[in-house]
Amino acid sequence: MLKILKYSFKDIFRSKWLLIYFGFFFVSTWFLLYFTNDPSKGLVSLLNIILMLIPLMAIVFSTIYFYNAREFTELLLAQPIRRHTIFTGQYLGLSLSMATSFFLGSGIPFLFFGVQNSDSSGSLINMLLMGVLLSFVFSALAFAISIYNENRIKGFGLAILVWLVMAIVYDGIFIYLMVRFSDYPLEKLAIALSLLNPIDLARINILLQLDISALMGYTGAIFNKFFGTAMGMAISVIAMLFWTIIPLFFYLRKAGRKDF
Amino acid sequence: MVEIRNLFKKFGSVEVLKGLNLDLRAGQVNVIMGPNASGKTTLIKSILGLVIPDKGEIKVLGEKIEKKWMYRSRIGYMPQIAHYPENLTPLELIRMISDIRKGDPDTQAIIEWLGLEAFLDKKLRYLSGGTRQKVNATLALMYDCPILIFDEPTVGLDPVARLKLKDRIREERDKGKTIILTTHVMSEIEELADQIIFLMDGIIYLEETPEKIKESQGEASLERAIARILESQKTSIDA
Amino acid sequence: MIVKRLITAFLLALVWSASLSAQQSLSVCPDCPLKTLSEGIAAASPFDTIYLQKGTYYENDVDINKPLVIIGVGFPVIDGREQGEILTITSDSVLLTGVEVRNVGTSYIRDQAGIYLKQVKDVSVIGNRLINTFFGIYLEYSQHVLIKDNYIAGQARDELNSANAIHLWKCHKVHITGNYATGHRDGIYMEFVDSSLVENNESTRNLRYGLHFMFSNDDKYFDNRFAENGVGVAVMYSDRIEMTGNDFTHNWSPVSYGLLLKEIRYSKIWHNRFLKNTTAIYMENTIESDVFENDFISNGWGVKIMGNCEEVVFHSNNFKGNSFDVSTNAKQNYNKFNHNYWSAYTGYDLDHDGTGDIPFRPVKLFGYLVEQVPTSIILLRSPFMELLNHAENVMPVITPETLKDESPKMKPIIW
Repeated sequence: MLKILKYSFKDIFRSKWLLIYFGFFFVSTWFLLYFTNDPSKGLVSLLNIILMLIPLMAIVFSTIYFYNAREFTELLLAQPIRRHTIFTGQYLGLSLSMATSFFLGSGIPFLFFGVQNSDSSGSLINMLLMGVLLSFVFSALAFAISIYNENRIKGFGLAILVWLVMAIVYDGIFIYLMVRFSDYPLEKLAIALSLLNPIDLARINILLQLDISALMGYTGAIFNKFFGTAMGMAISVIAMLFWTIIPLFFYLRKAGRKDF
Repeated sequence: MVEIRNLFKKFGSVEVLKGLNLDLRAGQVNVIMGPNASGKTTLIKSILGLVIPDKGEIKVLGEKIEKKWMYRSRIGYMPQIAHYPENLTPLELIRMISDIRKGDPDTQAIIEWLGLEAFLDKKLRYLSGGTRQKVNATLALMYDCPILIFDEPTVGLDPVARLKLKDRIREERDKGKTIILTTHVMSEIEELADQIIFLMDGIIYLEETPEKIKESQGEASLERAIARILESQKTSIDA
Repeated sequence: MIVKRLITAFLLALVWSASLSAQQSLSVCPDCPLKTLSEGIAAASPFDTIYLQKGTYYENDVDINKPLVIIGVGFPVIDGREQGEILTITSDSVLLTGVEVRNVGTSYIRDQAGIYLKQVKDVSVIGNRLINTFFGIYLEYSQHVLIKDNYIAGQARDELNSANAIHLWKCHKVHITGNYATGHRDGIYMEFVDSSLVENNESTRNLRYGLHFMFSNDDKYFDNRFAENGVGVAVMYSDRIEMTGNDFTHNWSPVSYGLLLKEIRYSKIWHNRFLKNTTAIYMENTIESDVFENDFISNGWGVKIMGNCEEVVFHSNNFKGNSFDVSTNAKQNYNKFNHNYWSAYTGYDLDHDGTGDIPFRPVKLFGYLVEQVPTSIILLRSPFMELLNHAENVMPVITPETLKDESPKMKPIIW
């Protein structure tokens, strides 16, 4: 397994994609901080990067990588290695490199602008961790989508669609339900809906630090009581892990039976 | 020794292998031939575990391969066209394979034998088709495996390399290895084949020694004999 | 003006007590001939000084009915054993200092207090401790009073069974400074109190309000700290209140405000810091008031301004990292926002004059949505909501069109 990981890393680090990925986060974070000159403003912009762009970049990059790694995969498949080892190794290789690229790409500029000394440092670390978790989730989704779709155009389209639904459409339906049924007590429904979307989970987790004052408001307090406790945190992290494990399960199941 | 029993494989609605029974014996060159899409590559990939059969059983060296993977350490495989990670160099590729497979590979001799020294540090994407094939051959032959599979091995190779490879295949056969070879080149078949397996529409149409094929068709050349077989097949379909 | 007069009054009181101490001083201690404060007062003549020595005195309803100086030595404790009031000052010109008063019982019928000032003037209550006293210091119909450096801690658990630390009813020219009030219903309560000054006090963890004005005019509060109260400060039905240099911090709870304004006119809110309150300022029916050079940082809502507010001017404030900078319940707006810094502003400044070239609309569609459907707060900062906000910003349909800062600052304002 470690060997596959090693060679996946080698392969990934060699391709310019990862550099682009790192560079994107580095430049955009740097740019934000340089022009806003206000770390609290920078954090809000970083939030948008994490919620919109990490899922998009992770799912797109993983899909491309999966299809392009086909030759590499075939080469490995003819070697005396277990199939699951190959596929798990490739997933870990890619998601770890993407998560690291993002973590460093967005983290270094903040260090440079001195956030670690401000009271925003906790929020920053929390945000970066959420970004890392989202990288794992969307990379797993991309791999699952790709392995089920031999046709790469179809796979790619489906990946983008999944991103669009989870990043934007889902919340549109969410708010519609909230408004439409506002006469009923909706807190439990709202919590359930949040648990079902990893992007919402990441967002709420970040809100608990960034917007704790608003969450202390009357209904907000209910959410704070759920997500803000150790129990709630554990539930939301577990839910995000499920969002990684379930696609991975399907991906590996398919990988075990797929013909190359 | 590879034994295949009642092997079925479908891709979608297309039946590629329809109940194959086959023994690929050690100490001989088993040539698998047949028209395009007759199931040659699928058969080879099934042996390698790249394709998973719907039904049937494959034994490699007496051991069932279903859900196994260690047996692949006893197979050297030279695929059709080199589809390797483009960013790697041949040297890295060779190192990687030997890192994964461990053991004691005999790479140096093969590299010299194929004249690959000058290309070891070039990225695969910049190498010609022929050179890639040489890299392929190196990967297949660097371990002393009892089973060797060559899928169209001479395509793109220059005449010298082609000759060398053919000699090597013979040598390996004489060591008692099981050689599995697919090719379209008749002269190679004439030169190398000890046993011909003719696949058509997913079944074994013919399994014979070249001599017997020529004999049965009353032709002096294997090429003509096979052409006749194909011809008669065609007539029977037309009829 | 008021400050000066109060200080003068205080100094006069000191001089007076010093000059008269020569006259007669009495000592009260558990082993002395005078064993209780009540006995001491009975024995004393007007303008005498009573030294209450260290010890615990179990007394109730002690009536300070002569002009006296009462000085606690080593913090003597007067314990009411939860059996009613402890000290009542009914005479003018009293100075009470260095005494610890504790355990007044809870009463639903009477406003029982640790120190009760009834219709007096020129009284100073300085440096005392009040522990578990229901009402701490209670003033009615009094004027020219100084309440200074007292420590007042209650054990309030719910609003119904608790009272205020410092309670003023129909007073004027009272100076409340340097006190610490905690664990009560309101930290400082003022009803019908005019021309008074509240400064440098700390009011924390009170159930309802840190400071509460009702029907009071021409008052000022400066440099106080209000933290973790239900509401930091509530100003209601009052005119001409000056609110300057105060800290409103962590006034967090389901219905919590840093500053609550209701039916207020002609007031000034200047140089205050609002940090991490659920709502920094809530305004209802506030007329012709100025809010300038304040910091609004990391609050849930910076300003909630109801539709019945008019001519309130917000300028040169810093709005940084609030979940919602401004929200309102109305489509129309009669107030002004100018020259503020908004961290949520994303405009540009091409002519480099320090002012953004496009106006900023601090009221977001999502804020409006949250007012209507509170549960939707869970979608705060959702990319979908940001898209909606953006659309609304370009073409306001629901949010008040005139509520905008035409000259948003590019950098935080330093004041």
